[in-house]
Amino acid sequence: MLLAQLITSYVAAAGFGILFNAPKHSLFQCGMVGMFGWMVYYILVEQGLDAVPASLFGSMLVGILSQLCAKIFKMPIIIFNVSGIIPLVPGGLAYDAMRKFVENDYYTAVQLSAKVMLLAGAIAIGLMFSEVIHQLMKKTSGWLHIE
Amino acid sequence: MNAQPGSIAKVCLLAGKIMLESGAETYRVEDTMNRIATSFGLENAESYATPTGVQFSTEGEVSYFRRISNRSNDLQRITDVNSISRQITAQSLDAKEALLLLKGIEHQSETFPLWLQFIAAALASGSFAIMFGGSWSDFLPACIAGALGYAAMIWIEKLIEIRFFAEFIASFFIAVIAAFSIHAGFGQHLDKIIIGAVMPLVPGLHITNAVRDLVAGHLVAGISKGVEAILTAFAIGAGVAVLFAFFP
Repeated sequence: MLLAQLITSYVAAAGFGILFNAPKHSLFQCGMVGMFGWMVYYILVEQGLDAVPASLFGSMLVGILSQLCAKIFKMPIIIFNVSGIIPLVPGGLAYDAMRKFVENDYYTAVQLSAKVMLLAGAIAIGLMFSEVIHQLMKKTSGWLHIE
Repeated sequence: MNAQPGSIAKVCLLAGKIMLESGAETYRVEDTMNRIATSFGLENAESYATPTGVQFSTEGEVSYFRRISNRSNDLQRITDVNSISRQITAQSLDAKEALLLLKGIEHQSETFPLWLQFIAAALASGSFAIMFGGSWSDFLPACIAGALGYAAMIWIEKLIEIRFFAEFIASFFIAVIAAFSIHAGFGQHLDKIIIGAVMPLVPGLHITNAVRDLVAGHLVAGISKGVEAILTAFAIGAGVAVLFAFFP
């Protein structure tokens, strides 16, 4: 089951790389970043963690891996970020919420929308966190050089 | 390197415009524009980018403005603009050359042919159906619905230039195909097939980008991107709901 999740998340992330017109030689990395992010999310959810913190940790890993890829392959970080978080993004839930709205089931719809906002927030914070680490490392290594 | 402030502003604005049209983050756009301006020796350059327009001004000069009307995701163009901005920072390009290169990028066609995009949409849709807990028998119907839905969206958007309408029709189309395939005995979970197949249309990325912009302090950009995402999600949900309204 885990293997199926790995393969499908890789295909989904790389496929979105094509849809977003990512540079050809970055597609492999895009898929890998997406796969690792989804793996963290999937395992944590299987262990009984809530989806919001699981998304947070998944997107943190995506952010860190994207930083690494951007450094190594000298490309803008957004390429890897964007394809990497695609499996984590609460698109399915957003769709569910909207469907409940148009079905006049406002009670469930508002609940789901709140969840979508929380998940989107968690992903954004996860990505930011990796940026924070990156900047901290840059600043501290600068100090070490001076000393 | 001393070029005319006007032509430097042109380079900055064109770079900003291409990046915004390709879906770059707002703060990165402003950062790139300021960097280009500084490396050409312009003092006190200020830029302000929102998803619908970009402004640039320097001290003692007129300020420039460009309207952004079409937004999509094109990572190749972002990469190309980024490498040009790097070359400018390394002082190996002058304003005239940079402007020519940027104009080339502006009219550059997409890297991947349309058929490959359809295949990618198909495989991504099928994969999402599995990831959201569908069974393997849902894979193929989701693939077909996803590819046809994506094709319908591109075609309708060319025909009628209202993106939300194209998304609405495309998601209705997806729901119809999914319902048909369930009827015909392919696939088990209608919901999983539909969710997987609408994923190429869903604005998940916009939602996340909106929150990122908001947290980074780009309040105007964040809110307008968020509204765009909500409108898109509404169009998709409504398109699917039409099917459920008529054939419960």
